[in-house]
This record gives sequence, C-alpha cells and structure tokens, in this order.
Amino acid sequence: MYTFSGKLKTFSIILMALGIVGIAYGFLTAPKTIEEVEVILSKQHHGHGSHDAHAAPAHGEATAHEANTASHDAHAATTTAVSNDSTVHVADSTDAHSAHAEVATPAHAEANAHAAKADTHDAHAEHTKHLEHVLHQLQNKPWAAVYVGCIFFMLISLGIFTFNQIQYAASAGWSPVLFRVMEGLSAYLLPGSILFFLMLLASSAHLNHLFIWMDADVVAEDTIIQGKTGFLNIPFFLIRAVIFLAGWNIFRILSRRNSLALDETGDLSYYKKNFKLAAGYLVFFIITESIMSWDWIMSIDTHWYSTLFGWYVFASFFVTAVTVIALVTLYLKNKGLLEYVNTSHIHDLAKFMFGLSIFWTYLWFSQFMLMWYANIPEEVTYFIFRIEEYNLPFFGMLALNFLLPILLLINTDFKRLSWIIIMAGICIIVGHYLDFFNMIMPGTVGASWFIGAAEIGSVLFFGGLFIFVGFSAIAKAPLLVKNNPMVEESKHFHY
Amino acid sequence: MSTKVLHVLYNDDDVLMDAVKTTRAAHHHIEEVYTPFPVHGLDKAMGLKPTRLAICAFIYGICGLSFATFMMNYIMIQDWPQDIGGKPSFSYIQNMPSFVPIMFELTVFFAAHLMVITFFLRSKLWPFKKAENPDVRTTDDHFLMEVALHGSEEEALEFFRNTGAVEVKVIDKH
Repeated sequence: MYTFSGKLKTFSIILMALGIVGIAYGFLTAPKTIEEVEVILSKQHHGHGSHDAHAAPAHGEATAHEANTASHDAHAATTTAVSNDSTVHVADSTDAHSAHAEVATPAHAEANAHAAKADTHDAHAEHTKHLEHVLHQLQNKPWAAVYVGCIFFMLISLGIFTFNQIQYAASAGWSPVLFRVMEGLSAYLLPGSILFFLMLLASSAHLNHLFIWMDADVVAEDTIIQGKTGFLNIPFFLIRAVIFLAGWNIFRILSRRNSLALDETGDLSYYKKNFKLAAGYLVFFIITESIMSWDWIMSIDTHWYSTLFGWYVFASFFVTAVTVIALVTLYLKNKGLLEYVNTSHIHDLAKFMFGLSIFWTYLWFSQFMLMWYANIPEEVTYFIFRIEEYNLPFFGMLALNFLLPILLLINTDFKRLSWIIIMAGICIIVGHYLDFFNMIMPGTVGASWFIGAAEIGSVLFFGGLFIFVGFSAIAKAPLLVKNNPMVEESKHFHY
Repeated sequence: MSTKVLHVLYNDDDVLMDAVKTTRAAHHHIEEVYTPFPVHGLDKAMGLKPTRLAICAFIYGICGLSFATFMMNYIMIQDWPQDIGGKPSFSYIQNMPSFVPIMFELTVFFAAHLMVITFFLRSKLWPFKKAENPDVRTTDDHFLMEVALHGSEEEALEFFRNTGAVEVKVIDKH
C-alpha cells in the first residue's frame, strides 16, 4: 500500500499555486484595448528601428503631414513621427512623439497636407485593423496557454487509460504488476475532463476567440466555414464533447471498479467483464478520439484539414502517456514500493517509448511531407505559417521527440538504466507539450506567441493537479493487483 | 595428434540446461552444444559473450544513410540541379523531405543486408558448405553437448551419465 507522501503532496500544491499565479498574471497582463496593443507593438518596433508596412505611406512625406496625422490620433502620430523625424528619433514613449508632433503642428500646416492625410487615413484604417487582429491574438494568449495545458494533461490520462485497456484486451502477461500505477494515474481523467469541458463552455460562451468558427461575424463573411456549420456548430460541438468525455470516464470508472472487485472477491467473472469492457472501450475510443481531434484541435484552424490528424494526435499523447507511466513506475520503484517490478518491465516500457516515438515521427512526417510535396495552397499554409513563425518549436520538437529518444533508447542496456529513461522521458514530455503548442497556438495567437508566465503557469498548474490526483488515487488501493490471472506471470516476467 | 571429445546426448532442453550448468561448475570445457531449436538462456548458461551484431547493424545503417545523402546530394543538387515540378534544388536541406523515403529505405537496406551477410560470414555459412553435424538426431529431437576430454575417461563418463544424459560417447577428433 502506498501512502501519498507529504513532500510530494506539498510539491504538487506548490506547483498548482505557482501555476495559478502564472495564469492569473497572464490574464491580467493581457491587453484590453487597442491602445495597449499599440504601446506593446511600438515598444517592440522602436527597439529595432524597423517599421511595419502600415507606416509606409506616411513615410518620406513632408513634416506637414505629421501635424495632420498627429491631431488625428495618438497612434498615427507615433508612426509618422518615427518614420520621418530626425530630431526625436526612436524615443521611448508615445507621449514624447505626440508632444513633438503637436509642437510641429502650427509651423507646418501646408496645402499638400490634405492628400497626405487621405493617404495616412487609409494606412490608419489598415493599421487599426491590424491592431484589432493583434489585440485578439494577445487576448487569446492566456486562454490558449491554459487550453494547451488542459488538453495536454487530460489526453495524457486518457492515453494512460487506453494503454491499460490495451493490456487487458491483449491479455498481456508482463504488465499486470503495473496496472495499479496506470489505474491511479488515469484517475486524473475525471477532473481533467471537467476542467476541459469548462474550457469548451467558456469558448462557446464567447469568452475567448479560440475557435473562429464560433464567431458569428467571422462565419457570416466566410463561405468556407459556412459550408462546415452542419458539423461545426456550438450545440452539436458541446453534445459531442459530453458524449466523448462522459464515455471515457464511464469506461474508466467501470474498469477500475471491476479491478478492485477482482481484488476483493477473486471472482474471475470480473476479469472477463474487464476484458469485454476493454474491447468495447477500444472501439469507442478510436472513433471518439478521431472526432475529438477534429473538434478540439483541428477546428482551431478551421480552413485546414488533414486525414491522418486523428492518428497523429493519438500518437502524440499516447507516447507521452507511456512515458509518464514509466517515470512514475521508476519513482515508486525507487521508493521500494513496487516489489515485483524489475528491469524487464522497465525495459518493455522503454521499448514502447522508443517505438511510439518513431510511430509519432512517421505520422508527423507523413502529414508534413504529403502537404509539402503537393504544395496545394489551401493545405500548405498550415505548415508555411508554422515554419515561418514557429520555426524553433516546430523543428525543435522533432529533435526532442525523435532524434534524442531514438539515440538514447536504441541500446538494450540503456533501456534498463533509470537515468537514461528519465532523460529520454523528459525530452518526450517536453517535446509533446511543444507538439500540442504547435498545433493550437498558431491558430489562436498567431505570430504573437511566447512561452511566458501563462504558458509555464498552465503546465505547472495542470501538472501539479495531475500529480495530486494521480498519486492520491494510487494511494487508494494496494499497488499490486490480486487474483488477476496474469499477475503471477507478470511477477516473474523476465526478458 | 588426436584429441578426444565426449559427445553427451540429451533428449530434453531442461535437462540440457541443468547439465550445462553442472558441467561448467565442474570446470569441464564445453566445446559446442548442438540443439534442434533455440534454447532460451542457453548462451547465458554457457557463458557466451553477447553478440555485437546489433552494433554492426547500427553502423551499417549510418553508412546507408550517408550513402543515400551523398548520392542524392550529388545527383539532384550538385550535378544537375533541374527544376522538376517546382521542387527547390538549391540546397539539399530545401528539398530534403522528398529524399527522406529513399534515405530511410537505404538505411534499412544497408543495415539489414550487411548485418545478414556479417552473420553468414561470422557463422561460416554459405551454399554448398559441408554440414557440421556430429549426430543427425540433433536436428530432430536430441541435444548434444561436446566436451573436451582431459584426464580420466571413466570419471568423465561417470560424471556425464549422472547429468541425465541418454547417451555418452567418446570420439576421436582429428
């Protein structure tokens, strides 16, 4: 029997507290108005002395324009002042610019100023549109950060449960000694699903702009999304989410209940029930998983579609799930709690980590290469945007998810060394977090991405909650299943 | 000069495994064991060194990958960089995704085939090779352990009969 150690409990609570602070900071610092966005942008641009296209029409005109635009509004003053001024070049604050511009006003009011005004007016409209766009992205940023963390950990627990069910359906002889670790960790599925469903409700209530197809104004102008509203509409979307999340949780609760009943009674009918349940679950899972990936991830990039996306998402969270099982097993083994787990069990988990990493890469590459090769504009923009704006996370995750695991875990002896598995495991978990980041962020925050307080906070919060719920559940039952017909074989498993 | 060896026959792999362990414990040198099928754990019981074939395969795979990269870089990028359907042939990395299937296949091809050839060479197997089978029954249902004979023949015979052997023979090896 495992008791949830006080240290780990405190640790997970600290993680959650830090996470909440980070998330709250993200939400509080998100800009609320266009003016704030402007300040942020001007800070970014001044630093480099470079300018956006929207400032170009104003650039190079006589100082007179400056006067007109300056009186027009604070924003235009900023752009013009910077573009054609040599005296107050690249000042720190917007105030300094407007002040300067106002001083210039009376002196330079010329006739040709009108034409210039019209010019800057267009530029200004365009610029306002751009600012609004950036505002939406920056307002989305903390939401998207929480969304990534939320779906990532929820899917990890789903992956752990799926792995458990595959072991049942395959009547695996090696893994029953690990069943309680899997059952415990997958307990996060329930709170994770509830939090995730709340996220979906928040999006449906238009608290954020994570899903553009939920925005009636966007859909009204977008014939492509209009064609998809038969599937992508809020009521149907929420109904599907309820069916999927409830379905998974019901299967998990029943499976856990049978497993505990088998422990107590030794009645093998519970084992048979679990076997049938697992077979049914796997059918249910693969259908719902596929639709889930369209709903919760692919629909963020509403104009884009990919047929193997469901498999790709599955591979991503499944390999992370196996990695989490391996790391927690090593932790418990290290505390001397898993008497019958030997290096052969660890070796098998490491083989799964290795094989599934390559499986993920295969799907990643298949999806990427097919679109890259055909280069059809409606498909390939998805990757062009990621390569241009997310270059480091996009290719960095390939190193973390493929290169490092394949080199670290190819050696048989290495697959038995705890520290190698922990290193490879951290690479895989970080890499697949980045994978979800790359799937969700470009469609929600675009080029305004940054891994800052909100992103890290969200990982800490959900990670802490995962540890808290997972280890509490592990502490609720003995760590070795009893009366399972495969458990004797598993105890003596040797590879 | 002729050396004598003992041919000890068993008809069960469990008995064979125990016999190998007792033989090693008694410091008899096992020259060879002939079995009709792989006996799990026999190599460990005999104290054989682990194979390095996997390391060879890894190196061969890297050779295959290098070969594929070199070949396609030379042909597609250096020698005649044509515009074929708009694919960018300015540098290798730009057109790499279209080379990956070949890079992968050649890696596997080199690793697999060269490893198999290495295996054949190291285990001295080729067509028309004369079979080295001391007893035809070892390919069917018997296990044969060949042990070098040192010292007293009677003692050795007695020792191996006690290991559960169904037959012990003394053979003159030339």
